[in-house]
Amino acid sequence: MLAQAIHLVRPELQKLTGSLICGFARVLTGVRAIWQGCSPKAVQRVYFANHSSHGDFVLIWASLPADLRMITRPVAGSDYWLKGPIRRFLINDVFRAVLIDREKKDATEDPVAMMASALAAGDSLIIFPEGTRNMTDTLLPFKSGIFHLTRAYPNAEFVPVWIENINRVMPKGVLIPVPLLCSVTFGEPMMPSPEETKQAFLDRARAALIALAPPAA
Amino acid sequence: MTAPPSLTTLFAGVFAVLIAASIIGAALKFGVARGTPHGVIDNLNARIKAWWVMVIALGIAFLGGKIGVIMLFAFVSFTALREFLSLTYTRRGDHTVLLLVFFLTLPLQYFLIGIEWYGLYTILIPVYAFLVLPIFAALSSDTTRFLERAAKVQWGLMICVYCISHIPALLTLDIPGYRGYNLLLLAFLILIVQSSDVLQYVWGKLLGKRKIAPELSPSKTVEGFVGGVLSASALGAALWWVTPFTAWQAAAIALIINLMGFFGGLVMSAIKRDRGVKDWGSMIEGHGGMLDRIDSLTFAAPVYFHIIRFWWVP
Repeated sequence: MLAQAIHLVRPELQKLTGSLICGFARVLTGVRAIWQGCSPKAVQRVYFANHSSHGDFVLIWASLPADLRMITRPVAGSDYWLKGPIRRFLINDVFRAVLIDREKKDATEDPVAMMASALAAGDSLIIFPEGTRNMTDTLLPFKSGIFHLTRAYPNAEFVPVWIENINRVMPKGVLIPVPLLCSVTFGEPMMPSPEETKQAFLDRARAALIALAPPAA
Repeated sequence: MTAPPSLTTLFAGVFAVLIAASIIGAALKFGVARGTPHGVIDNLNARIKAWWVMVIALGIAFLGGKIGVIMLFAFVSFTALREFLSLTYTRRGDHTVLLLVFFLTLPLQYFLIGIEWYGLYTILIPVYAFLVLPIFAALSSDTTRFLERAAKVQWGLMICVYCISHIPALLTLDIPGYRGYNLLLLAFLILIVQSSDVLQYVWGKLLGKRKIAPELSPSKTVEGFVGGVLSASALGAALWWVTPFTAWQAAAIALIINLMGFFGGLVMSAIKRDRGVKDWGSMIEGHGGMLDRIDSLTFAAPVYFHIIRFWWVP
């Protein structure tokens, strides 16, 4: 009986939690979406962004129109997100993340294959090619996953997304965020050309992302 | 607090001006631009629409009396401070300081105005925040650009919280023979300073030739400045009947707050240029951010408050 009731309210609870988190992020950061290189259309995309805070994908999520949000899943590290029931609920039920294991080298499932199968199911993805939350002032070198993903699933648009200021709102290791204005800039979609090497594409993608950043203070 | 009849008249006047402006804006849109996109006309219409929103917000706050006005300006301070600090260099070590600024200093300042503790709200930020905040910054043991960070946070607090809080503080002034009318002091300040901004814009567009500080603000001209400040001061003199001042006193006070407002706008522009931005934010369509709209008020409010407190409060 109780299990049934939980089963019934669960989807509503998931949606409500998602809207509350997005609403809170909007009120706190007044987040502004700048569609510089593309428009918010329902085409299949891989958004790749700079990563400095857990607020990152919340902010991208909050800047997407509601219909796009429903079909856009973040890719996150299972080592962090599967610890504790609240994190598990948020990442599995609210954000519907594709969880990949960053710690095990010989993972049973290949992360690129997992992302490609999520794309094959019709969803869009949010990825952070730096691989971890960046605490420095310059963008880290990209991991090669994004390059392999372009080869595994060439039909998606790969869109660079620069997230500004969220690292100041909620830096690593703090509990309470401070209210500062954030913006999310969406750049022009890009693909590796057939003859482009892995390193050349990774460098080009990283440069395209840096080009979206506003000048430093 | 029931609104004095002269306040209703004042609001009716402002609404009449806004209705006229909206009609002119619509006429320009369909007469001159023929409904097609037009930079200057669309910006004008966006500004008029934003004025409607701002006047209605102010009207609702006035209906709420002292609490309503304090809540409104606490919100104004919050958004202005968020714009200011977003463009300011801070580091991970400033996180505690920023928490104290937003969630302790700002609400406390407005609370003290609410309980009318003049002795403490005039020194809370210039003395206690000034001394305590750098202590927390120092405790984070991050010395990179330390003085710059501490100074800029303090400056943001002074402009966005301390100065702006002197607008609702006008409600706490006890002027003999004027009890129950203090909302009119606020209305006078806001109306005159904002009219001065609008009239400078209008005079500048009509006659503007000689630029005052081209590298700061290309739109500020000698003609706009003189025409705007003088006509807004004349408006202040004409509205003497809503204030405890005589016509000449009203003219002189209007002139002082208009001059403070003009130079306040100039100082805030200098900061924007230094940071390489055109606007403080994008909250109010056609105007930019909250700080773009209220920069002149921040400089005018404390001076206006102290003039009245010194000469009219026994």
